[in-house]
Amino acid sequence: MSAITRDEVAHLARLSRLALADDELDHFAAQLDQIVGAVARVSEVAAEDIPPSSHALPLTNVFRPDEVRPGLSPEGALSGAPAVEEDRFRVPRILGEEA
Amino acid sequence: MADTATLMPYDEALERFEPVLGLETHVELGTGSKMFCGCSTTFGAPPNTQVCPVCLALPGSLPVANEKAIESTIRIGLALNCSIATWCRFARKNYFYPDMPKNYQISQYDEPLCTDGYLDVEVDGKIVRVEIERVHLEEDTGKSTHVGGATGRIHGADYSIVDYNRAGIPLVEIVTKPITGTDRLAPEVAKAYVTELREVMRSLGVSDVRMEQGSLRCDVNVSLMPRGSTEWGTRTETKNVNSLRSVERAVRGEIERQAAILAEGGRIVQETRHFHEDTGQTTSGRSKEEAQDYRYFPEPDLLPIAPDPEWVASLKAALPELPSVRRKRLQQEWGVSDLDMAAMHNADAIDLVEATVAAGAPAGDARKWWMGELARRANEAGTALADLPITPGDVAKVTELVASGALNDKLARQVLEGVLAGEGTPDEVVEKRGLRIVSDEGELSAIIDQVLADNADAADKVRGGKIAAVGALVGGVMKASRGKADAGRARELILEKLGVQP
Repeated sequence: MSAITRDEVAHLARLSRLALADDELDHFAAQLDQIVGAVARVSEVAAEDIPPSSHALPLTNVFRPDEVRPGLSPEGALSGAPAVEEDRFRVPRILGEEA
Repeated sequence: MADTATLMPYDEALERFEPVLGLETHVELGTGSKMFCGCSTTFGAPPNTQVCPVCLALPGSLPVANEKAIESTIRIGLALNCSIATWCRFARKNYFYPDMPKNYQISQYDEPLCTDGYLDVEVDGKIVRVEIERVHLEEDTGKSTHVGGATGRIHGADYSIVDYNRAGIPLVEIVTKPITGTDRLAPEVAKAYVTELREVMRSLGVSDVRMEQGSLRCDVNVSLMPRGSTEWGTRTETKNVNSLRSVERAVRGEIERQAAILAEGGRIVQETRHFHEDTGQTTSGRSKEEAQDYRYFPEPDLLPIAPDPEWVASLKAALPELPSVRRKRLQQEWGVSDLDMAAMHNADAIDLVEATVAAGAPAGDARKWWMGELARRANEAGTALADLPITPGDVAKVTELVASGALNDKLARQVLEGVLAGEGTPDEVVEKRGLRIVSDEGELSAIIDQVLADNADAADKVRGGKIAAVGALVGGVMKASRGKADAGRARELILEKLGVQP
């Protein structure tokens, strides 16, 4: 049985705003299924005495002091923006398809 | 928009249904720098002047957690009687929306820093314990402005423009457990909770908690169940509730709206609703775009947080006196009734009275001026008491002038009026307006002689033993001196001149 269904891939595509064609959904569903299957193998070797980890390094509490440091100028910050208006990033209509 | 809701009168709604509340409060921490980068957090800067590769999510940038923000969150948890996690992680909350340039918000999911606390609030003289489910740390989003369309709302807008100055400011979310059994006091309990929470934050010094600037924001969850039922109804979540009064109104409005739907056999849709300050009602903010499918997972760019229990214990030991404890202490020191204390609390006058007492005024006088004349003036001006252009020091000075006999209450009110009008300190106003009580016996005596001559009838009555008639004569003296005479001394002198034993 597949670890991930075609419907789930379609759902994820919608959440990610990816317009996938029918054949692409099939294509990615198969690929994602393989990936999820590979990752699932970890659980075969996971044992009670091995805590789950989300990081490769055995470190905790890496913080920075609360100090203000210079960032980018507005020009620098906006230099890569596809569209700018009033020193702000201009983005396409957000709720366009439903308004 | 076809969203004009039918409402059921509040009393009827409460006869038929029982409300269950849940409150989610977001508090922007008052750190100097952002949560995961060194950008400034100053409010009101020109757009996109407090941004860097980290908070703009430029490729290759990595977040590092702000130690002060972690500490502040733990202190908030301790003040709310929570357990502090010994090990926890940040999580990615994925959603596609331009207010976070990363397309995810760094938040906490199943491992919050603080859990299972409570906050006691006082409503109608009763203590209500509001249980806290969790306190967690996340980052604030950027600010979008919607352009085009009629109302500046996201619906119908042509496009939006985004300022990321706010993106990445540390944000603490405080979530209550479902609050049951409040019955008809539900709106007041909600307001009292947010009020008390705001004061706790203020006492900790972790945030400026200015609702009008958005550094404290509240989402209000409300559901109703029929009387006698034990099964909770479907809840709605009302956002955009930006003042304490609005918290109360939003709960009330949502109870009235849901009751009307349920009474007609309708169903409540689980949705986000928006509060409207002008009408006190909510409208549907529902959108498929807001489908809550956040695909949380542990944030791989940040390391786990493992607060050292000794550090947590030292933070706990160093917590300041909490507001409810402080109010109890001040009430005893000032010797005021529960009712008077509650009135001062509601009027946000406690800090002002305390500062006035610290500046040397007796507590009774400090309370009298702030809760009387000054409250009246603040009300007239439509401003908060604390925003009146007068300091506790000024008020203390006025009480001192009254105590020394240099002013009576009537003149003192004129002095306060002068200070509020920007005429200077109390001493300067007294000087400029010539407001000192006439204590020169010669001057007072001359005024009295004139008044006695002008009011021969009344003077005769007093001479004939009708001492009550002296009031009219004292009134005449006060009028002739334009309020500046010492009324008590004037009365003595009048009786003396008329040869009557007081």
